[in-house]
Amino acid sequence: MADSVRHSAVVRATHWITTLCFLALLVSGVEILISHPRFYWGEAGNVLTPPLFKLPIPASRATVPTGYGYVLPDQNGWSRYLHFQSAWVCVSTGLLYVAFALFRGHFRRNLLPVRADLSGRRLSAVIAQHLRLRPASENESSSYNVLQRLTYLLVIFVLFPMVIWTGLAMSPAIASAFPAAVAVLGGQQSARTIHFLVSVFLVLFLLIHIVLVCLSGFRNRMRAMITGRQAPDMERT
Amino acid sequence: MSRLSRRKLITTGLVATAGASGLAAVKLAQRYGLIPPDGGGLYGPGETLTYAAQRLLTRHSLAREFNSNQISKPPFANEVAPLGDAFKSLQQGAFTDWRLTVDGMVARPASFPLGELKSFPRRSQITHLACEEGWSYIAEWMGVPLSYILGVVGTLPQARYVVYRSIQPDWWESIDMADAMHPQTLVAHGMNGGQLPVSFGGPLRLRVPRQLGYKSVKYITRLTITDSLKRFGKGLGSASPEGGYAWYAGI
Repeated sequence: MADSVRHSAVVRATHWITTLCFLALLVSGVEILISHPRFYWGEAGNVLTPPLFKLPIPASRATVPTGYGYVLPDQNGWSRYLHFQSAWVCVSTGLLYVAFALFRGHFRRNLLPVRADLSGRRLSAVIAQHLRLRPASENESSSYNVLQRLTYLLVIFVLFPMVIWTGLAMSPAIASAFPAAVAVLGGQQSARTIHFLVSVFLVLFLLIHIVLVCLSGFRNRMRAMITGRQAPDMERT
Repeated sequence: MSRLSRRKLITTGLVATAGASGLAAVKLAQRYGLIPPDGGGLYGPGETLTYAAQRLLTRHSLAREFNSNQISKPPFANEVAPLGDAFKSLQQGAFTDWRLTVDGMVARPASFPLGELKSFPRRSQITHLACEEGWSYIAEWMGVPLSYILGVVGTLPQARYVVYRSIQPDWWESIDMADAMHPQTLVAHGMNGGQLPVSFGGPLRLRVPRQLGYKSVKYITRLTITDSLKRFGKGLGSASPEGGYAWYAGI
């Protein structure tokens, strides 16, 4: 009976709270971004500075030259309020998840790849299987394959910490208290640019994650992440 | 004791403990002034957490200062609303009649002519000004530390905030005493070695380098020291929350 529990209650709860927070952070982040869709490297940058790159989108400020003949409405006020409030919930949830996962051996058991799976031959076999969009093997209905494990570890231990760090590094008050945290990144504008790029990777992860959930049996995967249990016989697409 | 009732007991106990500690935390936060004036409403919890956490971490920290070769050339002057008649008539007189009035909870209310402010001890610093939109520039700012002016007028012990107003209508902000007494908070009248240009807030701008640009109000004419922000505007602390922006802009 215990084996049929796919995801523990803490994993399920933190998964969905993080999902809601991420969507709120994404919408508000895009709104903040369009007030200045230009990116710089170093400490300072503005419309008089050559950008590292700029996005070909209209802006919500008339001072930004975008090539568009119109200015989008300013949504920065509520977007910033929502962004930081969601960040508080997201980071607290993430810390709860990591503490629980360490305590219960979740990382070691479910996310750390088995050594044998990390060989070039095994990795290329799994990648080839994914590229051919072959359904997952039987044992993957109860466990993660090596690519999933590596991707989840990357998201949990690299992308999320980076997006939090670069977000905090943009804060003038945090920069005053922890100047080294900004200097290591190359400056406050570099922090903003990295924050954007890491967010793009997180959105890519989200899209691939949703596609794979659909391909591997949407109803059953959703059931597992909501109720914790899944149907004994996997639906196949 | 049945399993269900034990679970109920534990749950009730946990909820009661969480509730009690939550109430205690709010009481403690109020006592130490860690709740921002816009700490109510939908985004109040996040705003309060940000302000309280940053106040605890950054009460005395100094904004980073840069070398003169890092000064942005040229800096970017953000747009302002068209300057009013009050400003223009003072501008015609080369700002000699510009005054900074200081009132509220002070022992000696005063109105300083611009010339007198310029004779006060000055500090110059090269700091980063970041706009909430995402752009920024580095410039050298020169001016009188706000703490010096507060010392001259003698703030009363119950003072908790400094409200500052632009000569332009509906442009006012406030900061807590941690930022007001901070050595880098300047009543700035100079920039990059010259007079503070009008486009950057001249003749007088309050520079708060540990907060975003919108807290550095241009063309200031009045400071009011107070123990409560309830009587100012809609009681949210400044014009920013009335326009949907956070009062505290350290992030």
